[in-house]
Amino acid sequence: MAVVCVEKVAIVGASLAGLAAVRALRRQSFAGEIVVVGAEPHRPYDRPPLSKDFLTGAVTTAGLALSPDDEDLGADWRLGVTATGFDPRTRSVRLDTGEVLRADGVVIATGARARPIEHVGVHTLRTLDDAIVLREALRQTGRLVVIGAGFIGAEVASSARKLGWDVTVVESLSTPLSGQLGTEMGEIVSRLHGDHGVRLLTGVPVSGLTGTDRIEAVQLADGARIEADLVVAGIGAIPNVEWLAEAGGLAAVTSVPGVVATGDVTGSQHWTFAVEHPATAVASLLGADPPVARAPYFWSDQYGVMIQFAGHRQPGDTVRIVEGDPEQRRFLAVYERDGQPSAVLGLNQPKLFTRWRRQLRSVPQEA
Amino acid sequence: MLQPVCPLSEIPPGEAYRWETDPPVAIFHTEDGEVFAIDDTCTHQDASLADGWLEGCEVECPLHASRFDLRTGRVDAPPAKLPVRAHRVEVADGVVHVELSKEPPNLPPGAKP
Ligand SMILES: Cc1cc2nc3c(=O)[nH]c(=O)nc-3n(C[C@H](O)[C@H](O)[C@H](O)COP(=O)(O)OP(=O)(O)OC[C@H]3O[C@@H](n4cnc5c(N)ncnc54)[C@H](O)[C@@H]3O)c2cc1C
Ligand code: FES
Repeated sequence: MAVVCVEKVAIVGASLAGLAAVRALRRQSFAGEIVVVGAEPHRPYDRPPLSKDFLTGAVTTAGLALSPDDEDLGADWRLGVTATGFDPRTRSVRLDTGEVLRADGVVIATGARARPIEHVGVHTLRTLDDAIVLREALRQTGRLVVIGAGFIGAEVASSARKLGWDVTVVESLSTPLSGQLGTEMGEIVSRLHGDHGVRLLTGVPVSGLTGTDRIEAVQLADGARIEADLVVAGIGAIPNVEWLAEAGGLAAVTSVPGVVATGDVTGSQHWTFAVEHPATAVASLLGADPPVARAPYFWSDQYGVMIQFAGHRQPGDTVRIVEGDPEQRRFLAVYERDGQPSAVLGLNQPKLFTRWRRQLRSVPQEA
Repeated sequence: MLQPVCPLSEIPPGEAYRWETDPPVAIFHTEDGEVFAIDDTCTHQDASLADGWLEGCEVECPLHASRFDLRTGRVDAPPAKLPVRAHRVEVADGVVHVELSKEPPNLPPGAKP
């Protein structure tokens, strides 16, 4: 539903989705005032390299910038400022500076944070500051235990291995990545760890951590104890919605006209959604036609293998290899439902993958 | 200097051809029948733009969402920040000829020089 007259837009969250929302507003000819509030002190930067080339040193902080220095979007960037409350009725955002920011349209793009494990020597990875600390800790080598074999955990394992660490990945699911890729493909993709000398222990949850002034070991529920000099937890993300609690939460505030949400705060965890969806969110604020949405897409980079996935996979979809050989870790797999392709997975197959990804777009998708 | 590369008939409209010169060059034959040549390697990471998603006069990198203008080499938005070089193309007697740009290429960190 469109607001009658939008003269001022407040964007809360100054990262990928927030920046994409600013760009989309200007591209959709919005000439009014834009204020962007971001809790981190940094200009928008790219997170995917944080677990990959940034840890190994191939990419520097400057290389993460998402906005060229000469890009002038005419927005007021309020960095290092946190939103602490919201009144959707008046579209007023309360800030930790004591100020109240009132706007005609509000874009909620506060993303997510890493689910923590509170223990000395246990790192999580979500922000540039996290990555700088972890990169420093990885300067010496030793024994690393990664808790969680999801994409970020797997990428950290791959980067640390490249730096010469002895790496063990522990995962409570019996097949890593089965939620995203299904059991069959999750199993094939997680063989990458073993290919590169990383131990993968699945199906056993962590039961405890030992060490008082430094981490000593990770304890598993089956009694195993894995010695560790460093532990990284990649056990999921929690949307940053606490500042909306007194207003009834995310679903309640976005049911009010003039308030939209986009990016990881919505529960998505993919870069491409945070880049593309803001144009749709902003169009609904301005009362404009939304752009055509493409099938969801994400990638991961592990041990030099480019993993790409697009589409809407559902439990029960069948999957078959249409090209290449899983043993070579180079193949294309297509998921099907009712004889129609629903999703596609590629390992080191960018050309074919792109071809299939394009076809998915024309297949009607239920949201 | 114009160099012959391949017969145009080898590149169906909507497709691209990767010319293995150093650094490699991607030659695009658009749906509208135009032919363009730009550096093949994305300026963000080591991806081949010939593998990308061609739409009109733009190609989207096959890995991340940056789009390059085939006419100018310019990039629309990060993660890639630097343009690729655009090369002059001529089609003579059904053969694609390319004159390589004299500017230095913007290769990504870690790409083979
Ligand atoms: C290490 C890592 C690797 C990744 N790799 C990949 C990959 O390979 N492929 C892929 O598809 N995706 C990847 N992702 C996911 C991708 O980075 C996210 O989807 C993307 O960052 C989401 O953007 P966003 O702007 O919605 O949220 P975020 O990037 O989380 O940004 C939200 C911003 O809002 C700020 N904020 C939060 N609360 C408040 C508040 N109350 N007031 C003001 N500001 C606030 C936060 O500080 C933050 O800066 C990766 C993520 C990480 C962390
Ligand atoms: S490799 Fe081309 S945009 Fe990242």
